[in-house]
Amino acid sequence: MIPENSHLHTKIFEKDALERAPTRDGFGKGAVEAGKEDKRVVVLCADLAESTRAEWFQKEFPDRYIEVGVAEQNLATLASGLANYGKIPFITSYAAFSPGRNFEQIRTTIALNDVPVIVCGMHAGVSVGPDGATHQPLEDIGLMRMLPNMTVIVPSDAEEARKTTIAAAKLGTPVYVRFGRAKMPVFTTQESPFEVGRAEVFWKSDSPRVAIIACGSLVYEALLAAHSLEEKGIGAIVVNSHTVKPLDEKMILSAATQAGAVVVAEEHQVAGGLGGAVAELLAREAPSPMEFIGVHDEFGQSGEPVELLKHYGLDAVHIKRAVERVLKRV
Amino acid sequence: MTITDEQIAALEQKANDIRQTIIEMLVEAKSGHTAGPLGMADIFAALYFHVLKHDPQKTDWPERDRLILSNGHIVPVRYAAMAHAGFFPLEETKTLRKFGSRLQGHPERTKLPGLETTSGPLGEGLSQAAGIAYAARMDGKKFFTYCAMSDGEHDAGITWEAIMFAGKNKLANLIAIMDRNNIQINGYTENVMPLEPVRAKYEAFNWHVIEIDGHNIRQFIDAVGEAKAVYEKPSLILAHTIPGKGVPEIEFDYKWHGKPPSAEEAKKFIREVRTMGGKVECIDCEE
Repeated sequence: MIPENSHLHTKIFEKDALERAPTRDGFGKGAVEAGKEDKRVVVLCADLAESTRAEWFQKEFPDRYIEVGVAEQNLATLASGLANYGKIPFITSYAAFSPGRNFEQIRTTIALNDVPVIVCGMHAGVSVGPDGATHQPLEDIGLMRMLPNMTVIVPSDAEEARKTTIAAAKLGTPVYVRFGRAKMPVFTTQESPFEVGRAEVFWKSDSPRVAIIACGSLVYEALLAAHSLEEKGIGAIVVNSHTVKPLDEKMILSAATQAGAVVVAEEHQVAGGLGGAVAELLAREAPSPMEFIGVHDEFGQSGEPVELLKHYGLDAVHIKRAVERVLKRV
Repeated sequence: MTITDEQIAALEQKANDIRQTIIEMLVEAKSGHTAGPLGMADIFAALYFHVLKHDPQKTDWPERDRLILSNGHIVPVRYAAMAHAGFFPLEETKTLRKFGSRLQGHPERTKLPGLETTSGPLGEGLSQAAGIAYAARMDGKKFFTYCAMSDGEHDAGITWEAIMFAGKNKLANLIAIMDRNNIQINGYTENVMPLEPVRAKYEAFNWHVIEIDGHNIRQFIDAVGEAKAVYEKPSLILAHTIPGKGVPEIEFDYKWHGKPPSAEEAKKFIREVRTMGGKVECIDCEE
């Protein structure tokens, strides 16, 4: 049962009825909108304008687009200077390189320096596909979540990615936003609520026995799992925890305590990501049996996104299995 | 910008006041870097008391010149210069590196107004300065962005990323100042990782380079004037300095890169600083 106020797509469970788009497209659209709203917005790019969709901003605002070449350390640090002056810079590259390569520059000159740079990590996760493990960062959420002053957001579809991008420009703090390469179902709508730091309930059964807390493309998979579990008579709550930091503790505690068991799902190492954040909260406030959907301490590999997501257990089928496992422990 | 001999003499006196404060701060802190701050005292005196357009009472004045300190470990020279220039009470310099102090071991923008950026991890200042200079030019601002940097941090790749960026974008409102003192932690720069021909390298990256004696305040001020007059390129003032300048027994010695003087040594050092390395008679030195 999808809460009405979530305004999700009406044909959400008819896979073919949904448009498919990568979250990076949401960035491209959102950056243009943010640029129209605020002249201080600039976009920096490290030789990846087309694939990061920075190009969409460049076409609209050529004078506010800054090319730095294949130089991710300079990308982050230049942006800190631009922000020091008063600009609102988005820095765009693949997450494998930013924040993968420039972690220290982000830590010192953006987070500790506390300036509003929006780090946009594109092509995150195994769903990058054929490029293989070097280009499939699975550690970025953990890296960014550990930094004081940093807000971390993982939008669940292209529409939410658009909203995230617009919201990030207004936060006035360092932000990390994670985007994906592969086309994924667009299941939220313009009317779906979105606020940084507020998790949304996207599915709620009458008597939930498990809370599935997810971010990124795993939110849709969690909904598919919940829908299928409902048919088997297992009630669930699905929480879209797009903001990994600051975590919406109130909402997650409420879902976990109502259900009594928790499955966390993300396209990231199980160490350090959303799962870790939720576990830290629940261990302190409401210890609950938990299962973790994510990559278990290994690197990715080449393949098609769907193959890889299945191989690493990042889909509705594996979420259902995790629910069955966790319910045995209640 | 003409400057009289009297003005130069006054700036030289300021430089020595700054040196004395640096030594006093480091003794009190019991850790920190000695050679670099002493070596840059003349340039910081010239910056804070002649070159920079700034207002110590209004550190967020939008039109101020920006001074970015890339090699954050020489921040005692900046703190000392700022205190003498009236940014905060001189007495506060004694809190350097102490718990709760605004004067962190490496500078933090959010702790002390007037610092501009947070720095310490080497190689990052020029990128930050280039970002500020680029943004300022976008908005048609007239101020200059200065970046004080070490020679050793030219080992870092990011420094060259920034040099390329500034050259490409012809950031004429950016003036870098290299403290070419030839030392770094593990020894002499040319042994650790040779930088020469560093002037030719910058020129190859489309920078204008002005080479000076970093202890000659008139030369430095003239170099700033020249850099400002070059409209088509960013400028580097390649300042040859003596690490530990002012205290003869530590000058040129890389072992003084990262340690403070003891209280006993400090007494001697201060006497030497105040007598210009024993060249003039000291009227009021403690014996």
